[in-house]
Amino acid sequence: MLEIKNLSAAIADKEILRGVDLTVPDGEIHAIMGPNGAGKSTLSYVLSGREGYEVTGGSAVYNGQDILALTPEARAAAGIFLAFQYPVELPGVGNANFIRTALNAVRRARGEPELDAVAFLKLARAELKKLSMPDDMLKRNVNVGFSGGEKKRNEVFQMALLQPGLAILDETDSGLDIDALKIVSDGVNALRGPKFSALVITHYQRLLDHIVPDRVHVLSAGRIVRSGGPELALELEAHGYAGQEAA
Amino acid sequence: MTALPSRKLEAWRYTDLRALAAISFAEPAPVTVPALPDLGLPKIVFVNGMYSVSLSTPPEFLQKFAQVAEASDLPLALINAEQARDGVTLSVPDGVDAGAVLLISYASGIKNPVALHPRHRITLGRDAKLTLIEIAMGEGIYWHNPVVDIALHDSAVLAHYRLQNEGEEAFHLATLRAKIAANAAYESFSLVLGAKLSRAEFHATLMGPKASTHLNAAQLLRGHQLGDFTSIVAHDAPDCGSRQTVKSVLDGHARGVFQGRIEVARAAQKTDGYQMNQALLLSPDAEMDIKPELEIFADDVKCSHGATIGALDPEQIFYLRSRGIPEDQARSMLIRAFLSEALEPVTHALAREMFETAIETWWAQK
Repeated sequence: MLEIKNLSAAIADKEILRGVDLTVPDGEIHAIMGPNGAGKSTLSYVLSGREGYEVTGGSAVYNGQDILALTPEARAAAGIFLAFQYPVELPGVGNANFIRTALNAVRRARGEPELDAVAFLKLARAELKKLSMPDDMLKRNVNVGFSGGEKKRNEVFQMALLQPGLAILDETDSGLDIDALKIVSDGVNALRGPKFSALVITHYQRLLDHIVPDRVHVLSAGRIVRSGGPELALELEAHGYAGQEAA
Repeated sequence: MTALPSRKLEAWRYTDLRALAAISFAEPAPVTVPALPDLGLPKIVFVNGMYSVSLSTPPEFLQKFAQVAEASDLPLALINAEQARDGVTLSVPDGVDAGAVLLISYASGIKNPVALHPRHRITLGRDAKLTLIEIAMGEGIYWHNPVVDIALHDSAVLAHYRLQNEGEEAFHLATLRAKIAANAAYESFSLVLGAKLSRAEFHATLMGPKASTHLNAAQLLRGHQLGDFTSIVAHDAPDCGSRQTVKSVLDGHARGVFQGRIEVARAAQKTDGYQMNQALLLSPDAEMDIKPELEIFADDVKCSHGATIGALDPEQIFYLRSRGIPEDQARSMLIRAFLSEALEPVTHALAREMFETAIETWWAQK
């Protein structure tokens, strides 16, 4: 379970999050919607531990552990996964090597045995098949020369292998055509279960047709201003974010 | 003795040899040689510049050393010619694939500073092949000043892999000259890790049509090390190709130097020349000096060069860490990725493993 209490954070002394309260129980998927500049990406970076974001108050506890005190790699080992809005290109780093290194680092931190190259390839190929992705995804350099859709699919592929307990999807739907959107959504839905929870950050209702959330929250000016069921997303789609601040 | 070059010479503008000039060298004393690398290959071992019968398991085609006159005006090659007492003379006959050979130089300047000036000659006949893996190492204060003269006849292929892992108080100044005939290929990669001050100066001459060369290197330096990679590639015949990818990773107060000149003669039409020099600075006190030069007299050529200096990208580090990879390992992965293009000519599995291990060890020792 993720419990965020009164979380405030700033970038270069500019306060972006101003007291976020949010609880995501195990097994649930919550959507966070909101206008540009509301702090959606900041929330995802603060939770994953990116440098340059200063937590000025409040707490974020995942499975009883204060995650704000942890390094990004320790958060990953604790089961947190951030699907990037703009996945980073790593020229010279093979995708298979990258993902195997990540998987083994996480397994090591969790006290699980590491996978050798053969066992990894077997597992990776099986996941690729489930996600309808070609095997050559493994041979290419990480995200180099990938289309926008391929990059997002590569994020979901990593997520499927790392088996996080909490996935944060930062505008994973941006730049996706309808087929890619379906593959990505299927990837997330495949992980659904009593031990998996997700924060789905999105501008649009469209993604939530495929990944149906248990709760929808509206983030505006650094705070959660409204929460509701899936129907809230439909309402926002119809009427926009105007007026949400006051609600 | 011929004087050491000063920085007033353009070719030595960035590399100051005054610290070397201040040392008085003595005759080498007998040394105890530590365990040397063994790749399971025929092995030629030099100790303090002299061939060691007991430590070598010589390959075929190894000949007796014979002094030759130095025809150039290169100061270090002249000094070498004056001082040389020994060296490898390896001559592979036409059509023979001589496999891989390991050449180790071990020097010890622990008791007294010593200077070694080995003179090596590698000749490959028509269609001959050889992989030469060189390791230079040692301890204490010493000056290793090898000259390697390489002659490749038509269609010969020499893969030349050099691991410069000299002791931290050493001076390593190597002159390598390759004459490459038609269709022949000189494929080289140097990994520079050691020495207080080092320079590898390559002169590659593409003499016949469709001759080619790779002159690649990676320099990994820290502390107050200086590593200088200087190359002069002469395209004297048409349809030749030269490719240079030189990467430097500089930490602490280290300095890297790259001087690369491509000379394209009037006759060398359809030349394809490529030169890329990139440096990664891991510290604000590190420095890289880059001097590319193109001198082109032919009118139908493709020559490109590029140079970049940068730091590790924090976005890339965060991406790796967010996937559970510890920060130190993330940096190491990105450094190896940065170096990977330079290692492309290393197709020999043992040599590649040796270099990869050396790079990992370098990172682990920081």
